[in-house]
Amino acid sequence: MEKSMISGRIWVLTNNRGELIEDIDTDQIYHNAHLHITEISEMGQYALGNLKGWEDFSQKAQPGDILIGGRNFGAGSSRQQAVDCFLSLRLAAVIAPSFGAIYFRNAVNSALPVFKCPDLKEYVEKGKMESGDRIEVNYRTGEGTVVNKRFDFFVEPMSDVQEGILRAGGLFNYEKTLNTT
Amino acid sequence: MGKTVIEKILQSHSEGRTEPGKIVWVDLDVRSARDFGGPNVVKNFQREYGDAPVADKEKTFFTFDLSVPACTRKYAENQQICRKFARKQGIKVFDVDKGIGSHILMEEGLASPGKTVVGTDSHLNILGAVNCFSQGMGDVDITFAFKSGKIWFEVPETMKVQLEGQIRWPATAKDLTLCILKHMGTQKAALKAVEFYGEAVENLSLAGRITLCSMETEMAGITGFIPRGKRLSSEERKEFPRLSFSPLHAERGAHYSDECTIDVHNLNPQVAVPFSPTRVQSVSELKNIHVDSGFIGSCTNGRVEDFKAAAQVLKGRKVKPGIMLKLVPATRRVYERLLQEGILEILFESGAIVSNPGCGGCAEGHIGLTGSGEVQISTGNRNFAGKQGRGEIYLASPAVVAASCVKGRIASPEDV
Ligand code: SF4
Repeated sequence: MEKSMISGRIWVLTNNRGELIEDIDTDQIYHNAHLHITEISEMGQYALGNLKGWEDFSQKAQPGDILIGGRNFGAGSSRQQAVDCFLSLRLAAVIAPSFGAIYFRNAVNSALPVFKCPDLKEYVEKGKMESGDRIEVNYRTGEGTVVNKRFDFFVEPMSDVQEGILRAGGLFNYEKTLNTT
Repeated sequence: MGKTVIEKILQSHSEGRTEPGKIVWVDLDVRSARDFGGPNVVKNFQREYGDAPVADKEKTFFTFDLSVPACTRKYAENQQICRKFARKQGIKVFDVDKGIGSHILMEEGLASPGKTVVGTDSHLNILGAVNCFSQGMGDVDITFAFKSGKIWFEVPETMKVQLEGQIRWPATAKDLTLCILKHMGTQKAALKAVEFYGEAVENLSLAGRITLCSMETEMAGITGFIPRGKRLSSEERKEFPRLSFSPLHAERGAHYSDECTIDVHNLNPQVAVPFSPTRVQSVSELKNIHVDSGFIGSCTNGRVEDFKAAAQVLKGRKVKPGIMLKLVPATRRVYERLLQEGILEILFESGAIVSNPGCGGCAEGHIGLTGSGEVQISTGNRNFAGKQGRGEIYLASPAVVAASCVKGRIASPEDV
């Protein structure tokens, strides 16, 4: 039971009008000026460095934090660094109403937990989720709670495939478990 | 409830029930890497799995098509990295002489109805033209596919598009495709599989179906199918000698997430203007635009039928002096058919430049780029800024490209 829970403090990626920012692309998540960096540990400092109002995210984020993004999160190029920079900061998960198709694949393959939550916009508009809140998500059932507000919500439960890759620590490691079981 | 084409294919290649939104493990009939992406696949593979063998070398391929023969040092090095790995593993390489990888897979019968294929080519979903499930993916996924023979995939929803009306020369498959793109934009089919119905698509030749399915990528769709596409003619069997093609139908009662109808009665030649494939207008609105160069080829319009259409326009005519018309057959087999049928001679006589097969003209490959201010009319699939150099690219059918290069401005085949 314990094992299928993810919990942490959230950062809600809103603009200056308090709305969830949609279509955050991979260039805003990880600017192309830093593509030459190959060490994952060095990528965290540039996470969201090109997203207006969130340039200082890497200084504020703590390991275990959860990112709440808008529709079509991670649109654009196939750059893996846009996933790796969050792994570098040891974020616990990213939740958004929808993701760019390649971004979602890259995140699953790298064992960054990503969840789709169709009603997220409404939760944020109604003030049910704000930066600094603590949430818990059961990734098997999709049941979530904003702990400090006692507000319950749902995300799409993680598929067996995604969970398998997550538990193995990424797609390459997952392959290594295939023949040994 | 019945299954759509993609649901049927994924069902037969995975365990458990297949339904939209579900993530399944898909058994792959083919996994391929090209000279872009391929070297990363090799590096990942060797880092993660050392000297372990690929899952099945008979189902694993390299296809070199982007820079053939290599015209930059980087491509030369990258192709060598792949060749060495292939030799060690016993993997077949369709090398720089063969042509565009996706087309080779069809000609060789490796991609055929009901099969599953992945590779490092973002237009690999073109194989929907032969009712084959196929996806372009990144090097992590393809490395895993080489090693395990599988890939995970979220079963997409399917959309049904009904075409009303028939198309007639000078409108061709490309004009139909551009017309569909204009209607669909990049939103309607996003992340969906599309099934196309109606006489206009069902009567298309395989080359025409390839044209339509190749631009599913530009609609941001997963893949497109023409379930009632006709069987191959004897001419087509010469062009695709190893392909056995019989249509793969959706089941009765299949569920579609959306349905739409597009009227293509009286369709005339269409052109996509810079810098989006979905910004489509009629040729008649663009006739005062001068062109500096033309290109016929790419995975979208590089088949025999495409060059025949160009030859029909160019026969006994000349490319206007000062204008450069570049022709790149999709594959060596296309090249051979053009030679045998005397089409190459007509094209040569017109003053066009004919190069060896591959992605040149679309990718930054072996037949050059455009310069600042250059206006090029092209049969490719993308006209994004900077894609083929600094020039402005208009997308059109082979017949319109040929006519425009005779006239020196955008023109319909009827204008020459
Ligand atoms: S012709 Fe262009 S779009 Fe087609 S496979 Fe080659 S590079 Fe890709």
